[in-house]
Amino acid sequence: MLYVPGNHPGMIRDAHIYGSDAIMFDLEDSVSIKEKDAARQLVYHSLKTIDYGCTEVVVRVNGLNTPYGGADFEAMVRAKPDAIRLPKTETPEDVKEADALISRIEEQIGMVQGTIKLMAAVESALGVINAYGIATASKRLIGIAIGAEDFVTDLKTSRSAEGIELLTARSQILFAARAAGIDALDTVFSDVNDEEGFAREVRLIKQMGFDGKSIVNPRQIEIVHKLFAPSEEEVRKSVRIIEAIGEAEEKGSGVISLDGRMIDKPIVERARRVLELNDAVKNSYILAR
Amino acid sequence: MLNGVGREIPVDISGIGALRTYQKVTANGQVKNLQRSKERQRNPERNKIIESIEAAVRATGLRDGMTISFHHHFRNGDHVVNMVMETIAAMGIKDLTLAPSSLSDIHAPLIGHIENGVVRRIETSGLRGALAQAVSNGLMNIPVVINSHGGRARAIASGELPIDVAFLGVPSSDAYGNANGYSRENAAASACGSLGYAKVDALHAKQVVLITDNLVGYPNVPFGIPESQVDYIVVVDSIGDSKGIVSGATRYTNNPKDLLIAKCAADVIEASGYFADGFSLQTGSGGASLATTRFLREKMIAANIKASFALGGITQQIVELHEEGLIKKLLDVQSFDLRAVESLKNNRFHHQIDAEYYASPDNEGCAAHQLDVVVLSALEIDLDFNVNVITGSDGVIRGASGGHSDTAAGASVAIIVAPLIRGRMPSILDRVNTVITPGHTVDVLVTDQGIAVNPVRQDLLYNLKAARLPVISIEELKAKTDRIVGIPEPIQWEDKIVGLVKYRDGSIIDVIRQVKKE
Repeated sequence: MLYVPGNHPGMIRDAHIYGSDAIMFDLEDSVSIKEKDAARQLVYHSLKTIDYGCTEVVVRVNGLNTPYGGADFEAMVRAKPDAIRLPKTETPEDVKEADALISRIEEQIGMVQGTIKLMAAVESALGVINAYGIATASKRLIGIAIGAEDFVTDLKTSRSAEGIELLTARSQILFAARAAGIDALDTVFSDVNDEEGFAREVRLIKQMGFDGKSIVNPRQIEIVHKLFAPSEEEVRKSVRIIEAIGEAEEKGSGVISLDGRMIDKPIVERARRVLELNDAVKNSYILAR
Repeated sequence: MLNGVGREIPVDISGIGALRTYQKVTANGQVKNLQRSKERQRNPERNKIIESIEAAVRATGLRDGMTISFHHHFRNGDHVVNMVMETIAAMGIKDLTLAPSSLSDIHAPLIGHIENGVVRRIETSGLRGALAQAVSNGLMNIPVVINSHGGRARAIASGELPIDVAFLGVPSSDAYGNANGYSRENAAASACGSLGYAKVDALHAKQVVLITDNLVGYPNVPFGIPESQVDYIVVVDSIGDSKGIVSGATRYTNNPKDLLIAKCAADVIEASGYFADGFSLQTGSGGASLATTRFLREKMIAANIKASFALGGITQQIVELHEEGLIKKLLDVQSFDLRAVESLKNNRFHHQIDAEYYASPDNEGCAAHQLDVVVLSALEIDLDFNVNVITGSDGVIRGASGGHSDTAAGASVAIIVAPLIRGRMPSILDRVNTVITPGHTVDVLVTDQGIAVNPVRQDLLYNLKAARLPVISIEELKAKTDRIVGIPEPIQWEDKIVGLVKYRDGSIIDVIRQVKKE
């Protein structure tokens, strides 16, 4: 998911050409107070005008406890991105409040209820403690994410290369997401020139189980895709597993085996996921097709 | 009849004709000029050296209406043009034709010389800055002639553009005129590497004046310009500002859009059908075309493919591939950065070539015609694939023809790289404002949002589609752009023609008109 400042027309216009799976237009921290209105208008009109193809579009709004949050919701639901991302979520009530507001606007403008999805960013100790409650607070919720910069400040520490300070939070958010059956997204890595450090972090969070990584520069896309992409061997094996199931189902046989090994449900699930990932990486490779 | 050494020589031999017999005392005075030899021994630096630019101008016999030339190897760091023109103006010489290989921002003082009648006409490859703006606003009575690098070399060599006096700044020269773009004796402050464009002038100009700030011992070999072509030498304090001449290193672009385009251009080269061991390439200036080499490098290593040569303006990127063994030879008409200068000095197969050898369409063979792949930038391209690299979207001159049309015509695959949108202006138009390179010599357009192939190249279209590259028609690319930025208002022109664009063969391919005042 590529972060794009909501006050930068050139970047908003071209955000989708680099092949990220999702774009997040930011109205919150990257927009200064005096530009809040301009950025909201800009993102609204961009969403209405520009065809972002099959790239998922998310808008990070200002919190409802700020003077800008209400107007952001009013405009963005009408602009119809795939999802709205709530910043600094601390309690399930934060999510419910946003959910109710979106429902009211959807009804008001005659949009099918539930069209606009939600994502929640957890950026404080309280949020991490409440992670499961947050993850299950709304049917609109498709994912939760950790926002590390605010979180480490809240913890009274700073970010390190190893990321030990984030370990618990990352795990907690991942557990919450998995328990709730939604996606878990990792935080940004701001030093775009440290490609090695970035790759190390991506490897770590992939191994932990995260579904994706937030990025601040298009140059980071390829690294994420490379590391998340299943190996050829994995893909081949997964294809065979899925084929074996197909055959077994046709024959009506209950027990499935491949190369003399029994295939149970988790193996099938993993194979499906590998193929999904493979498709995602391939499709997002390049340009408009 | 006895000759000067007492041998009997017939006056005439049937089949050969009259014979000129050897004379002991020659027309020049002595058999051996002892006085001059002594002088040379005592003052080895006095050979062709003249004390000032003014004295050199006088010695050449320069007078009203003649044609003088300069080279642009010092780019925006050049002091030579302004220095020489100031002297000529002070001497009261008028109505000159100026035929430099190109001009940059730093040459704005020429505006004054044009207004005062010192310069009547200009032939160049490019114009930039205040001078270009003034010319576009109708400064000159006679249109500026824009030549390609190959076209200029052809015109000079063929006598179509005769040069009376060439004033050539050189970073090192000995007292006899063996000159080069760097120095082996010291680190020349103004090192520019190859003297490719100047070599043409040195060879063909009636008189050649070298201007240097770095006199070195005789013989200054290897040389770019040999003493046999040089008439006079003037030593000055500084021929240029090293910062403007070459950058320390051409840095890889970090602009993600340039990188995206570059990556795609490398994919196109790989799939083109010309990516085989021994292929040859040239990359133009501009972030995306330079960055193409980075992605091509990975592909060359993976496929174990080596290029036979790289041509044209040589940069650090190309030098690195050469030193890695991925490009066997470099043919350098212009060195773009210090790494290229160093490489020309130290690498045996980094070879200095002149502009005629580089790209003249009219000799027995030029290197540009041996090219497999060239990657070039564009300001504008139209639905017929015509390319503009000289006038901006406001119609004002702000670029150079350079080797664009030469290499596009010569290369088997000419790839244009350009973002779909610059600022708020689309790169693809129905018709470009000025045609520099005709569309039938352009093969592929690579943008940040797709690739378009010239319909005349069905072979390439087939190859790129087979490689599953995102190929769409140029009309679709244009429609995509227009949906975002709309169609720009056409530029308002006056009737007056301010520029004549010559194609490389000397024919006129387009004219540039004066931009309308608001």
